[in-house]
Amino acid sequence: MLELRSLTAGYDRRAPVVRDVSLTVAPGESVGLLGPSGCGKSTLARVAALLHQPDRGQVVVDGEPARGWRHRAPRAQRTAFGVVFQQPRLSADPRLTLTQLIAEPLRATGRAADVQERVPDLARTVGLGTDLLGRRPHEVSDGQLQRACLARALVLRPRWLICDEMTAMLDASTTAALVAAVEEYRAESGAGLLAVGHDRVLLERWCERTVEWGELVGAAQGAAERPAAK
Amino acid sequence: MAETRTTAGAGTTADTGTVWRPVAGRSVAGSRKASRSTRAWRVWSSAAIVVAVVLAVLIVPPLADLDEQAVHLADKLLPPSLEHPFGTDDVGRDLLLRCVYGLRVSLLVGVVAAVVATVIGTAVGALAASAGGWVDRVVMRLVDVFSSVPHLLLGIFIVAMFRPGVWPVVISVALTHWLSTARIVRAEVLSLRSRPYVDAAISGGASRWRVTVRHLLPGVLPQAGLAAVLMVPHAIWHESALSFLGLGLPTHQASLGTLVQGARSSLLAGDWWPTLFPGLFIIVPTLAIAGLAGAWRDRINPRRRSELML
Repeated sequence: MLELRSLTAGYDRRAPVVRDVSLTVAPGESVGLLGPSGCGKSTLARVAALLHQPDRGQVVVDGEPARGWRHRAPRAQRTAFGVVFQQPRLSADPRLTLTQLIAEPLRATGRAADVQERVPDLARTVGLGTDLLGRRPHEVSDGQLQRACLARALVLRPRWLICDEMTAMLDASTTAALVAAVEEYRAESGAGLLAVGHDRVLLERWCERTVEWGELVGAAQGAAERPAAK
Repeated sequence: MAETRTTAGAGTTADTGTVWRPVAGRSVAGSRKASRSTRAWRVWSSAAIVVAVVLAVLIVPPLADLDEQAVHLADKLLPPSLEHPFGTDDVGRDLLLRCVYGLRVSLLVGVVAAVVATVIGTAVGALAASAGGWVDRVVMRLVDVFSSVPHLLLGIFIVAMFRPGVWPVVISVALTHWLSTARIVRAEVLSLRSRPYVDAAISGGASRWRVTVRHLLPGVLPQAGLAAVLMVPHAIWHESALSFLGLGLPTHQASLGTLVQGARSSLLAGDWWPTLFPGLFIIVPTLAIAGLAGAWRDRINPRRRSELML
């Protein structure tokens, strides 16, 4: 169970981006979070993945409340999340080849021995040709790079996947391939998914349950905001 | 493309301040070609001088078994001639030989001090930026305090604690010059640290140390390397200044600073060569090194890189 309990978060304490938001994802469940651009979805996704410390509220991962964020989170809790970001260019270290990129979490957690076995396997899962694996990020397309980023998110076999506008930059066929790869992994591992996006059609077809940003914000404020959104 | 060219001239004046201005300015064919050829000329002449200087200081002393300390009082203060192309000083030592040996010492001091200063600066800057919080604040305020004292004064204070020699000068220059590198590296690391790939690394279980060493430091190495090369001429000037003041190398040992210092008395008597040639040996190689560093900076300029990506 991934529980976000009345989170308030942002980059300036006086003007939080996310106010009093609660959301629960059951194990193995896929939840789509829909919201307009700039509403705070990505901030919420970063808080959920323990990458950003909220001002108030609690994140509970599999029954254990998170006490630290970023490096202060215990490694086991951090690596329970696989995160895919919107912009593959910015989320890939430009100096690493795709193989190194995908293998980086294995090396960082002291499992370099698994690299030979896991990387080609994952490359096949996300549909990356072996000829691309030796290239650096600037030598491949956005779609190919996003496939590598997805492979990196899956390499530690996370229990939770957080896809923050994963397919916003990509064409329809790459989108379909990436979603299929995520679903294949989930079917095999039983991982839960929080997919953040603004594309209603995509999220409704992809996820078992979709929620609107407006429904999440604290009841009083949500009621005040919904008419304005329409 | 054709349209861009015709509007380029107007664009540079009318659209001043817009994002596209630099690109439009660069498409003015004539000025671009001219600036590129002068730039190439500058780079190649700098490279030629640096190569010549490095070869001279590396090859001449071991190969030519000459004694730059040999005193010939009968030949004192000879003007430049075929036998002594730079002339001789006031105790009859060959100035060309002493300049080459002096440059050897000055280059050694410059390079070692610049490398040491860059290593210290990079370590401190990276530590401050990746630790953040109060560590960052305390370290950077210390950097501010050290920068508020003039470098030369601090350097004099440090050399005064040791016997005159090459290594006290290296220590003095290195310990006073890591401050700017620390600032540059800290700023770079701070900007890299907010990239999503650092988030991805954290989520992939990377420790603070691993993020710094694997993702952040390689990103600042070009900047740190450039800072090191730009510091070499500066360190040479500092060495010369300390030696000129009599605080650096012992006076009998040839360095560019001691040569200029020793030549002061003969300059008043109208003998110009003992001052001119060591002076040129300070100016020309340091300008050449700075020229190469400038070309390198043009290459790694992030703005240019982002233009190429557009």
